[in-house]
Formats: sequence, C-alpha cells, structure tokens
Amino acid sequence: MNWVWFHKLGSPPHFYRLAGKMLPWFAWPAALLCVGGLYGGLVLAPADYQQGDGFRILYVHAPAAWLSVMIYSAMAVYAAVGLIWRINVAHALAASCAAIGASFTFVALVTGSLWGRPMWGTYWEWDPRLTSELVLLFLYLGYMGLRSAIDDTARADRASAVLAIVGAVNVPIIHYSVTWWNSLHQAPSVMKFGKPTMPASMLVPLLMMLLGFTLYFAAIMLVRARGEVLRRERAAHWIAAAAEET
Amino acid sequence: MLVRRDLRLALRRPGEWLQPLVFFLVVTTLFPLATNPELSRLRDMAPAALWVAALLSSLLALELLFREDGQDGTLEQLAVSGLPLSWLLLAKTCVHWLLTGLPLVLVAPLAATALGAPYASIPSVLAVLLLGSVALSLIGAVGAGLTLGLRRGGVLLALLVLPLAVPVLIFGARATALAIALEPMAAPMYLLAAIAVLSATLAPLAAAAAVRISLE
Repeated sequence: MNWVWFHKLGSPPHFYRLAGKMLPWFAWPAALLCVGGLYGGLVLAPADYQQGDGFRILYVHAPAAWLSVMIYSAMAVYAAVGLIWRINVAHALAASCAAIGASFTFVALVTGSLWGRPMWGTYWEWDPRLTSELVLLFLYLGYMGLRSAIDDTARADRASAVLAIVGAVNVPIIHYSVTWWNSLHQAPSVMKFGKPTMPASMLVPLLMMLLGFTLYFAAIMLVRARGEVLRRERAAHWIAAAAEET
Repeated sequence: MLVRRDLRLALRRPGEWLQPLVFFLVVTTLFPLATNPELSRLRDMAPAALWVAALLSSLLALELLFREDGQDGTLEQLAVSGLPLSWLLLAKTCVHWLLTGLPLVLVAPLAATALGAPYASIPSVLAVLLLGSVALSLIGAVGAGLTLGLRRGGVLLALLVLPLAVPVLIFGARATALAIALEPMAAPMYLLAAIAVLSATLAPLAAAAAVRISLE
C-alpha cells in the first residue's frame, strides 16, 4: 500500500492548504442539515404523546451527547497517531478537538438537565448517562489543564496524548461502572426513547441533526487546527507564501 | 534492589509518609462531626466516608511518588539504565503502596468501627480497601508521571486522577456497603479485582511513557 498521502498529510503547509479547501465541503452541508433538521424537528415533527413539546430538546441534546463521546475517541486516535508516528499535525488536531468536545459535553449536560426539569421534576438527577457525561467533562478539563500547564509545545503534545489514550481506555469502564452503580440504587424513572419505536417524522430530523452536528464539528476542528498549525509554525517560511495565496 | 533503596530512604523520613495516613483519619473523623453522630446513620455513610477519605489521602500521597527522584535525577538514571522503565516504575509504585496504601488499610478498621461498622465485617472491609488501594496507587502513578516537574502539579494531579478513579470508588464503596450490611459482596469485589489487575498491567506502561516524556 502506498502511504505517501498519509505522510503528506503530516506536512503542515500541505495540511493547511488541504484543510482550507475541505472546509466549505463540511461547513455548508452542516449548515443546511442543521437548518433542515431544526425545521423538521421543531416544526414538522408531531409532539410526543407523553412528553409533549419538551422532547424537542432531544434534537440538540442527542447530537451533542453523541459528539461529546465521538470527539473524545477522535482526540485519542489523533493523539495515538501523533505519538506513534510523531506527526505534529495530528497533535494540532487533537489539541483543537479538546475545547470543542468539552463545549459539546457541556451543551449535552445543560440540555439534559433542562429536559430533566419538566420530565423528572428536577434539574439534576443522578442518572447514569448524565453522570458519566459529567465525568467525561472532567476528563476533557483535565486534558486541557495538562496541556495548558506545560509550556513546551512538544512536551505538552506528548504528555496530553498519553492522558488522552489512558482516558479513552477508561471511558467505557467509567460508563459501565456508573450504569452499574445507579441501576442498583433506583429503577429508571422515565421511559427512555427506544430508537425503533420512533416514527420517521421524528427520526429523520434527528438523523439530519446528528449528521449536521458531526459535519459542523469537522468544520470547526479544521478551522481550529489551521489556527493551531499557524501558531506552531509561526517561524516557518511557507506561511508567507500561504498568506500571499489567499 | 530498587525496592530496598526506596524503602530505606522512605523509612528515614517517616513524617512524609505518615501525613497521608493522619489525613485519612482526620477526614473520617470530620464526617461524623459534619452530621448527626447517631451510629445507625453513620453506618449508612461509612462506605462513602471511608472511600472518599482513602481516595483523597492516596491523592495526597501521590505527590511523594516521583517528586524527590525527579528532582535529584534518580528517575533519569533509571530511564537510561537500560532496564525496562515500566518494571522499575511498577517496583516504585509497589513501595509507594507499601508505605501509604498498606498503612491506610491497616488503620481502616479503626475508622470503620468508629463509623459504626460491625466487627464481623472488618475482614471484608479490609479486603476491599486492600484491592482498591492497589488500583488507586497504580492509576495515580500515571497521573504523577504526567505532572512530574510541573509548577501547579498538585491541583492538576487531582483533576487528572480523580475522574479516572471513579470506577474504583464506585465498586469499592459498594462492596464496603455490602460488607457492612453483612451481605455477600462477591460481585463488586470481582469487578474491583478486575480493575486492579487491568491497572497493574496497563498503568506501568502508561506511567513509563509519561515519565519519559516528562524527563525530556
């Protein structure tokens, strides 16, 4: 197999240009899908017979929760790639993932507790999923804290990469232990959404939002990674050339 | 050899190693003071008090794990010695556990009885803490390696290690609760043992990688 494309990706100028070219291909579909999904979810989809209009927060909550986990795995993969092949760009990508992931985790927590207010009668319930989401937020914060505590970029990259990988091994363990912990304490207080029981008019907007959020993440990640690459390579010659191009 | 050296060095400065132990006892004393000292109430709270105190005291002790050796260059010598660093760190972590984890387990019956645990439950409480403190030391070694030589290391160490210690806390506290209620506690014990074994196999590797990066 030819690995040239892979090593080419690791070169900052090449990545910078490629990321710039790919950006609109993620950003525009993301915008369209989110607008369409929101319209479908907030206007077209019927109100839930049990939860009324309250369920509609799902269209923000579920994609944010999905992304919070997915971004962590993406971050760990980038970290592993950066650690194994010593590719600086992969570290830049991992670094730009962290803040986005933490924000989505926060959004998932806030929307989850807002949803909990009318459904459970309380803003915070020690629901296993919410709790493991909270621990995930702490993991993100620890990652960002470690990164900002080390001044030397190369060392910060590698130390936080080890942390991201250790965290990725731990995330499923934490999730299952939290689930186990709570299932002993109380029965589920609210019927959970079953995927197959959802009618298409509700499901299609949800899928659109999921895809839209994911593409939005990809676009934002590229923007941040471009900035990160520029910051790291600020002494390099190719930046002047790239600036002239645009 | 490393084990003997570390033990001898540590035993010459008992103050450092005793502090986390005293801290553990103080925290478990604070719990009854902060609430109603009725024994039946305390018994409900005992697992939580024991485990949160054990977690915090092991966190406090972690700073001692690599700090001295990192400052005087011993760790660097170990890293370039040609011996596998993960095994050396495992040995160091074992010593660390012998000096902080084991004493904590040994004074735990005192704290547990004071919190209203029946005498019959003490052996099981000991066993749970024994397993749990091993896992905590190993997980903590990774965090200590990552924050080695950082200025604001202490708080950051807590932020890194505590989320990773959540499963240990959950299973440990649950097993302790079952033990105090004199019920069978095999299920959480097995899970706790699984975590201890997993961290014994993986944590030294991660700690070695972390220490190498920190030494660069």
